[in-house]
Amino acid sequence: MKLRNALCSATILAACMFTSASAAELVVGFSQIGSESGWRAAETTLTKQQAEQRGIDLKFADAQQKQENQIKAIRSFVAQGVNAILLAPVVATGWDEVLKEAKEAEIPVILLDRTVDSDKDLYMTAVTSDLVHEGNVAGKWLVEAVGDKPCNVVELQGTTGSSPAIDRKKGFEEALAGHDNLKIVRSQTGDFTRTKGKEVMESFLKAEDGGKNICALYAHNDDMAVGAIQAIKEAGLKPGTDILVVSIDAVPDIFQAMAAGEANATVELTPNMAGPAFDALDAFLKDGTMPPKWIQTESKLYTQADDPQKVYEEKKGLGY
Amino acid sequence: MNQDLKALLVRLSPQLIALASILLLIFMMFPSFFNIGIQNGRLYGSLIDVLNRGAPVALIAIGMTLVIATKGIDLSVGAVIAITGAVAASSAVAGNSLAYTIVLALGTGLLCGLWNGALVALLGIQPIIATLVLMVAGRGIAQLITEGAILTFNDEGLIFFGSGSLAFLPMPVVIWVVFGLLVALVVRRTALGMLVEAIGINRRASMLSGVRTSVLLMAVYALSGLSAAIAGVIVAADIRGADANNAGLWLELDAILAVVVGGNSLLGGRFSILGSLIGAMIIQAVNTGILLSGFPPEFNLIIKAAIIVVILMIQSPRAATLLEFFRKAPESVKERT
Repeated sequence: MKLRNALCSATILAACMFTSASAAELVVGFSQIGSESGWRAAETTLTKQQAEQRGIDLKFADAQQKQENQIKAIRSFVAQGVNAILLAPVVATGWDEVLKEAKEAEIPVILLDRTVDSDKDLYMTAVTSDLVHEGNVAGKWLVEAVGDKPCNVVELQGTTGSSPAIDRKKGFEEALAGHDNLKIVRSQTGDFTRTKGKEVMESFLKAEDGGKNICALYAHNDDMAVGAIQAIKEAGLKPGTDILVVSIDAVPDIFQAMAAGEANATVELTPNMAGPAFDALDAFLKDGTMPPKWIQTESKLYTQADDPQKVYEEKKGLGY
Repeated sequence: MNQDLKALLVRLSPQLIALASILLLIFMMFPSFFNIGIQNGRLYGSLIDVLNRGAPVALIAIGMTLVIATKGIDLSVGAVIAITGAVAASSAVAGNSLAYTIVLALGTGLLCGLWNGALVALLGIQPIIATLVLMVAGRGIAQLITEGAILTFNDEGLIFFGSGSLAFLPMPVVIWVVFGLLVALVVRRTALGMLVEAIGINRRASMLSGVRTSVLLMAVYALSGLSAAIAGVIVAADIRGADANNAGLWLELDAILAVVVGGNSLLGGRFSILGSLIGAMIIQAVNTGILLSGFPPEFNLIIKAAIIVVILMIQSPRAATLLEFFRKAPESVKERT
């Protein structure tokens, strides 16, 4: 009898210890879109790193570009009773139902990198970058770098009609407004790819007097800039000096080009969306502070002065 | 020989006229279009760009022509470009010798082609479905090889295939011209071409009359895979990296278009590789012309489609009879009055 009592209390004690231990450790579910681009792979890596640093138990679910997989993942997170859910939604619509289920279970949902068309009450906050602001930062850098000299700019747009292409163009044009010495002389789509970036830049160079008319290139992403840099070199000009190159994203390869003096500046679309998300979550769980509905990530400008070789080494391992 | 050349020119006249009028149209909008200089030891100019940028479509159009001549179609070439580019890049990154890298990439392309050929010739699956399998799966395979990222390399030997030059011509141009002539000579100076056409007209009949249709079909699809592999190496070498997501994306459709614009029938039974090559150049001239014209990008596809429709309408046999009809009508009216 005594032995049984002792055993019982021991089990209860152990159970208590176990639950208290697991209560201290935060469990967060993360439904990722997939790994369609290097940037997304880096986002996954950084989210896992951030969770590990903060001692968060991250449940990771790769949706392989399918919304139904994401919905399934969220339902299973709810069933597991996680403390919070991170969601990088593959599309904007069709989330009402599953977000309601999470809300009923009182599990806060934080959107990463993209937003949804659902009611704002259904998620806690969205951590995204401001695409217009990114274009604006790139434009402001160019305005400062050029000064009062007249400057003909060529623009490599993203995929026609996509929101990054529209917004990054808008932000850049806003930054250039009022500086009449800078003029966008040619603007074409390079579909966000290196091959098209190179091909379109080749035609820009020929159309603008062998490139002598062009003073700067603005590319909506780094990949197109990398392709264009090759085209500029093959035309016998020096990218970075003869033609200034500014782009957006900050993928590792552009830092290599910057280290070689072939690119001038890039605006970072940070893959660390999870950091601010976890910060907001911590604050909420500690004393119930509701974060704002939109947390804007920093659009940091990198130039050749920022030791690009070192940044390249840091970014290389992130899975870009 | 002279007689042959004349007959060839007559047969290809619609394509040549179409190409000439498009070049002329671009020239009118952009007067320095025909200017050619020398830069970094190779010819440099918009016309060279057309030849150079058209290389991938020209190469896969060579294989596609023969496949279509057998009444088949190969939708997988775009994906094969992505796979072989990824294979070449990862082999170069691993530090393998250039010869090994090239053999590996071309071998992979051949294998992909043989897979398609086996599905079509041995299992009797319809070509559009059989090659759709690899079209869908291939990009995934390429992404597995590159692990989802753009795999960059600095192997000078491999880069030479993209931006090197031979006798002042960019290397891609040299490759597609030589490969095209080689294939055209092999199929036209032997009976192979005729046998391929026979399969396209009636596979059963040609089999009964002793043509080894299965072997020939496999060979034709293998050639298509090989052309795609060469294109894949060029595309990767051009940007010094393998982009599994975008390399060769939708190029199969451009290649089919090149074959059709080149005067070949999708029903098979006859083919002209030279015609397809001219077709590829027509398409690339349109692309380059749009880029030079400075129209906003929203118009790109509309302009391209409009030009292609006009070309196809001019080429269609019914349009010719219609034209004949209108030309003759006034004369007969005159006679009656």
